[in-house]
Amino acid sequence: MDFLRPVTWADALAAKAEHPAATPIQGGTDVMVEINLDKGRPSALLDLNPVAELQDWDESDGWFRIGAGVSYTRVITELGAWLPGLAQASRTVGSPQIRNRGTVAGNLGAASPAGDSHPPLLASGAMVEAESVRGTRLIPIGEFYTGVKRNALAPDELIRAVRVPRADGPQYFSKIGTRNAMVIAVCSFGLALHPGRREVGTGIGSAAPTPRRAPEAERFLAGELDWEGRTAPSPEAVRRFGELVVQAASPIDDVRGTRDYRLHALAVMARRTLGWAWAEYKGE
Amino acid sequence: MRVNVTVNGEKLTAGDVWPGESLLYVLRERLGLPGAKNACEQGECGSCTVYLDGTPVCACLVAAGQAEGREVVTVEGLADGDRLDPVQRAFVECGAVQCGFCTPGLIVQAHALIAATPGVPADAEIREALAGNLCRCTGYEKILDAVRLAAARKAAP
Ligand SMILES: Cc1cc2nc3c(=O)[nH]c(=O)nc-3n(C[C@H](O)[C@H](O)[C@H](O)COP(=O)(O)OP(=O)(O)OC[C@H]3O[C@@H](n4cnc5c(N)ncnc54)[C@H](O)[C@@H]3O)c2cc1C
Ligand code: FES
Ligand code: FES
Repeated sequence: MDFLRPVTWADALAAKAEHPAATPIQGGTDVMVEINLDKGRPSALLDLNPVAELQDWDESDGWFRIGAGVSYTRVITELGAWLPGLAQASRTVGSPQIRNRGTVAGNLGAASPAGDSHPPLLASGAMVEAESVRGTRLIPIGEFYTGVKRNALAPDELIRAVRVPRADGPQYFSKIGTRNAMVIAVCSFGLALHPGRREVGTGIGSAAPTPRRAPEAERFLAGELDWEGRTAPSPEAVRRFGELVVQAASPIDDVRGTRDYRLHALAVMARRTLGWAWAEYKGE
Repeated sequence: MRVNVTVNGEKLTAGDVWPGESLLYVLRERLGLPGAKNACEQGECGSCTVYLDGTPVCACLVAAGQAEGREVVTVEGLADGDRLDPVQRAFVECGAVQCGFCTPGLIVQAHALIAATPGVPADAEIREALAGNLCRCTGYEKILDAVRLAAARKAAP
């Protein structure tokens, strides 16, 4: 096994072009578990920790560009005010030690259907900034997840940053697990209201081969909400929203939960996050 | 490969390191620092917690090469010679140590919490901060006592 240690972003891209089979390692909270448990040995590790360009975030035109090296802890403390959905999800990841090392980019690299950053990224309409020696492209988040633990990155590409629009309305994240810390989601749900353009964003986690949105539920709710007068949606509308979220999912039975449980829980989480979001919108 | 790392203030070099090896392995097996414990090697138990550039992390999930040129502080680095760190002293006094396997990781994590919190952290804060450190023996109550005691002494020495 080789250990590649580029110190600039240009060197990292060159290294990835030259060794497309090398496994990038950022926080290592997925990569090292696999190596320690001997679940697979990469031909080389490409350490991105020394690349200073990845350690920062910035904002322009209402978009946050979060460098691939920014930890969950920093997302929570530095970005929580503007990206509440992503910050809430980040707070539920692992433990403090895991959040100190783990990154949103690593979550995207692993592309597990259960990854906690995916629902808020889907709900807010994020973009993945992928780069290679050939150039940069922005991948809309909905096109990034291509299968179970697979993503749209080409073999020579690395994630430079995740771009997330500043929240323009309430955002909530909900996750089911057996305890409050250190759990992989049984299933999860993210909701974002966009009152400015009267749209709704959703993200379903751990209830389909990939994280995905619930487009029909989004359209239905956007048409149903009283954006102007801010009266509460009817109980029937709330129930229907939950049903449409459930219809967008296709979960399986596995060690963490059954298909039926996940479908039930998704409807509950959809209704609850809507309740929280609407209370915030009304200024309660 | 070789890895140069500052551990507890001392510049050390580990030789013959396999690139897939963890920082925990290097500390324990190559540098003779068995304080950080190896229990799960998958980030679940926290018994390998060390400071990496001032931030507590699971040493089992840091690739050895990622520690190149960086500063690590292990539980061995907290005491000043024979004088225990106040967090260590509180653990002893409160009976927060039984078999002791979880203790080094808990001490480092509790040390970081207390350093970052003015006054005595609320119980919910302590529980959240220690959520990634498992103890099979104590039932945690004495550990919470120890953290409160160490924090109270720091707040009002
Ligand atoms: C104890 C424990 C608890 C956990 N709990 C949770 C949880 O609650 N929720 C959750 O979602 N996850 C959880 N995880 C999984 C993991 O922490 C997350 O997936 C995390 O986001 C991974 O980030 P990382 O920086 O550590 O990634 P790494 O392990 O460094 O990398 C992960 C993957 O992404 C790739 N990669 C990393 N950076 C880049 C890049 N810049 N460009 C391209 N590819 C890249 C790597 O090659 C690898 O395939 C847990 C892990 C552990 C060990
Ligand atoms: S040995 Fe590292 S967390 Fe368990
Ligand atoms: S004292 Fe034995 S595991 Fe905590």
